Amino acid sequence: MKDAIIITQHLSHTYASNMSNALQKAALVDVNLEIERGSCVAIIGITGSGKSTLVQHFNGLLRPTSGKVLVNSVDINAKGVDLKRLRQRVGMLFQFPEAQLFERTVFADVAFGPQRMNLPRKEVRKRVTAALDMVGLPHREFGQRSPFELSGGQMRRAALAGVLAMSPSVLILDEPTVGLDADGRAEFYSYLRRIKAQQGVTIVLVSHDMAEVAMLANQLFVLHDGHLVMQGTPQSIFTQGEILHKWGLAAPPLSELLRLVRERGVPIPDTIFTLDEAFHWLKEKSTAEDRHQALSLQERQPGS
Amino acid sequence: MNTPALIAIQSITYAYPVHVQKRNTPSIPALQNVSLQVQRGEYLAILGHNGSGKSTLARHCNALLTPDSGRVLVAGIDTRDTEKQRTIRDMVGMIFQNPDNQIIATVVEDDVAWALAIRGLPATLITERVEEVTEAVGISHLRGKAPHRLSGGQRQRLAIAGVLALRPQCIIADEITSQLDPLSRQEIVTLLHKLHSEYGLTIIHVTHLLEEVVQAQRIIIMEQGKIVTEGTPEEIFANLDRLRQLKLLIPEPIELAARLRNAGLPISQAALTVEDIAREITR
Repeated sequence: MKDAIIITQHLSHTYASNMSNALQKAALVDVNLEIERGSCVAIIGITGSGKSTLVQHFNGLLRPTSGKVLVNSVDINAKGVDLKRLRQRVGMLFQFPEAQLFERTVFADVAFGPQRMNLPRKEVRKRVTAALDMVGLPHREFGQRSPFELSGGQMRRAALAGVLAMSPSVLILDEPTVGLDADGRAEFYSYLRRIKAQQGVTIVLVSHDMAEVAMLANQLFVLHDGHLVMQGTPQSIFTQGEILHKWGLAAPPLSELLRLVRERGVPIPDTIFTLDEAFHWLKEKSTAEDRHQALSLQERQPGS
Repeated sequence: MNTPALIAIQSITYAYPVHVQKRNTPSIPALQNVSLQVQRGEYLAILGHNGSGKSTLARHCNALLTPDSGRVLVAGIDTRDTEKQRTIRDMVGMIFQNPDNQIIATVVEDDVAWALAIRGLPATLITERVEEVTEAVGISHLRGKAPHRLSGGQRQRLAIAGVLALRPQCIIADEITSQLDPLSRQEIVTLLHKLHSEYGLTIIHVTHLLEEVVQAQRIIIMEQGKIVTEGTPEEIFANLDRLRQLKLLIPEPIELAARLRNAGLPISQAALTVEDIAREITR
């Protein structure tokens, strides 16, 4: 890969147990992967497959038991690595991040991180306003409100702004839309797309929601029992529904539908993946068939 | 013949006590003049987005909450009758979002047996019952395990077994799949349907996910504490714009089927599962 921002080499992690060696469990086993700068990748797998353990290595919250993790070509385990700076560059939004809001105003909450970076006050203010704009909570309207008066979706975006204000080059999102309703999700996705387009941030998404992953990610990594078992584009992974079942996963419902339609003999090309694409392809096919039928009817009844 | 409903909800209104409400939220009732009949043996789905009142309504069905006005009758018993509430909850069991909230023992079979043991049932009967219900939910091979070693889907099955052990007539499943992987989610919905069809249980399936309820017998949709739509899945899915308005996420296969139908393709409105839609498209 030309420009990888995160590389793992033979990464293994075993959670230490002070009880006995027998209780130790390998959470990651020999994981090798590369994440391209500016891409959006998703880590998928069932509960306990090692997803969260993996992403916690990307900002040095966990250190490899063996193997290496390189972020911007720097080994996170090397002596003298500034973990604080690493965590500013690799921002992490945990599950249910609204539980971490704590300040009296939205502004103060988002400003907490940049203030700890010892930035000049003007710079802090600039970053906070930009971050709030970016997630659709303009400072003028929301800055002085209490974060606890926001809706669920807004609270989550306020937490996201707190991470964005640190100007990370990688954004790790652990199950970012769990618990949000349809509107909250759609909004969250649209802001996420905007952040990616405008700031070129690399996004690492941990998710159970295959439809979400299909929509946002351009590369998927499938984990099972701590092993990296599949990787590829969403198209290439989700056309293999049966193999996914083996890993306890299911392709998004639309991919599953297209797979069944193909199985029943309609040759929808593998490049057809989204709702729009499927609709246009199937409509075209049906119009072509109608035309064909009309023509053959005419041939059978010349002159009529 | 007109058999009386298992659960009869008669124009109930309910507002949460002020200390439970979030600061500064005006005290709008969580339920406003809601009426609903749940028939014996029915598979009913209650849908709605966050905060629409669906869980509040479900909690009135087994006396976890009682109405401020109006009344709820379960098998003819008023849920406000505090002496009968235990009987009502034995008849109508509830499963919650997080199975860990209702798992208490350190071994699977002890957990299933717990509710029976505190009711003083004889040991032989308890053993029999535990075998029967762990079999029914597909965790009989895990009987000797510790619950925390089970997967999320298995723990949710255990929670269901614990409720089944009391031989309820009705099970309320309140967002029970929301913490599960996609495959376990499908399996749990399949299990609910199995309990409905094979054991004749009445099921009240509460969820915000339309894709989970395409095979329900009847769907009601809640919005701002009221029932705003009611019908069979076929009727409900005939109006996708209305569902969007109610902030529900349309499953993509159903959306595709509707768009193809509007473009003139002969796709039946009754096709709602992925299998049926695939069959319609390739017809």
